[in-house]
Amino acid sequence: MLVPHALNASHHVAGTYAGQPDNLGWWDNMVGPGKPLDTRRFFVIGVNNLGGCHGSSGPITTNPATGKPWGGDFPVVTVEDWVAAQARLADRLGIERFAAVMGGSLGAMQALQWTLSFPERVRHALVIAATPTLTAQNIAFNEVARQAIVTDPDFHDGHYYERGVLPRRGLRLARMIGHITYLSDDAMMEKFGRVLRRGRPGYDFDIDFEVESYLRYQGDKFAGYFDANTYLRITKALDYFDPAADFGGDLSAALARARANFLVISFTSDWRFAPSRSREIVRALLDNRRVVSYLELDAPHGHDAFLMEDARYMAAVRAYFENIAP
Amino acid sequence: MDRARRARVLDLGCGDGALLAYLWKERDAHGYGVEIDDAKVTACVKNDVNVLQMNLESGLSLFGDGSFDCVILSQTLQAVRHTEDILREMLRVGREAIVSFPNFGHWSARLQVAFGGRMPVSRSLPYEWYDTPNVHLCTISDFENLARRIGLRIRERVVLHEGATVGVLPNLRGSLAVYRMSAG
Repeated sequence: MLVPHALNASHHVAGTYAGQPDNLGWWDNMVGPGKPLDTRRFFVIGVNNLGGCHGSSGPITTNPATGKPWGGDFPVVTVEDWVAAQARLADRLGIERFAAVMGGSLGAMQALQWTLSFPERVRHALVIAATPTLTAQNIAFNEVARQAIVTDPDFHDGHYYERGVLPRRGLRLARMIGHITYLSDDAMMEKFGRVLRRGRPGYDFDIDFEVESYLRYQGDKFAGYFDANTYLRITKALDYFDPAADFGGDLSAALARARANFLVISFTSDWRFAPSRSREIVRALLDNRRVVSYLELDAPHGHDAFLMEDARYMAAVRAYFENIAP
Repeated sequence: MDRARRARVLDLGCGDGALLAYLWKERDAHGYGVEIDDAKVTACVKNDVNVLQMNLESGLSLFGDGSFDCVILSQTLQAVRHTEDILREMLRVGREAIVSFPNFGHWSARLQVAFGGRMPVSRSLPYEWYDTPNVHLCTISDFENLARRIGLRIRERVVLHEGATVGVLPNLRGSLAVYRMSAG
């Protein structure tokens, strides 16, 4: 079982490391002993994407040609590149074929790409909160995030490590923008409402509303552990993903290569990768007479729903895996 | 049967997928079910049946023209709002359609209305009027009129009551009607 990660996550899919009981894996509610993806029955592999900042080669690592960090010179990588790298990892581990590749969001794009790049090496693909391409609006949000980073005076064309600075302000803004797109309007209203931090309006530019506090907190936290160069590249990989591009935009033709069985799941309140986008994938799979099931769950959390605890979602994934390996 | 010649079936309102599982096991027919209810969709996944969670009322746009040999709508027609649309859609995506529904023309229903003065409640129509999912109840004659009007061809009809076929006076004696139809 391979679980590729989404935008800001890592190989740390589930569980904790010794001595770090609070540092849970990003999909710990889904993956683990007795969880829907039961690690007592499946050997689960989490990978760090190439160009990332949690262990694999990326902008922070040293460019052997210069002896300095790659920084802005690190190449822009694509979803296809990631999948190709993961396949080489599988070769090294002696894995001919995965029982399943499962991912949400950008991870789902990788799961889908696996079925196209290596059709014979994937038995099942679980494609959750996915889209076959980004919309112009999706790309627009990514571009605002990137502009926040590259216009930060500390960015230095990506060569900030050697100057001993970090484009924190840009990265923080980028994360704040991203966070808005991960939540639904309803979920935000439910979580924060119009609650005032100080009980009454301050008529200044300190934090008034709870949602401002939340976004600033998320932005600060992210800027403290994530790398701006990685963020730029990941958003580019998202923008470029388009399996139908070589087929005149015909997704059905693009997916004709796939041999896997599919479980596609979307969430009604996800406006970032809306259910209609998942239905495009399903439609293309149906055109190719693939074995596919599709769940469109009425969940309130927006795009982040794929990471949330939801009894129906968990039950369906659990049932699916029980049929893969009874 | 080789894979290319396997019948392709679409079951609308497929519940837990029992029919599709049966067709797969016994008849080697490859199928998909459409279901809206979360618990039933999960049951389909559990039963290893292909299921697509969507609302029938929004049409069958996921399916291409003529992509199925047979499209089944089993005892769901009476709960569908856009009756004509769903029938047309079924015969757009399928070569044949099989439709079944409880016959509102059965004598017990007629008696309950005529002499009891109440909406009928029976084994095949178990709901009280105020909590029924049924919005378009019809009789065998009504359905055949509609089929004629919208140009659907009835290939075969079986009328049943308590599991036995009814030959004589079907609209009076039958509680369940099953049709096999094609377009034009």
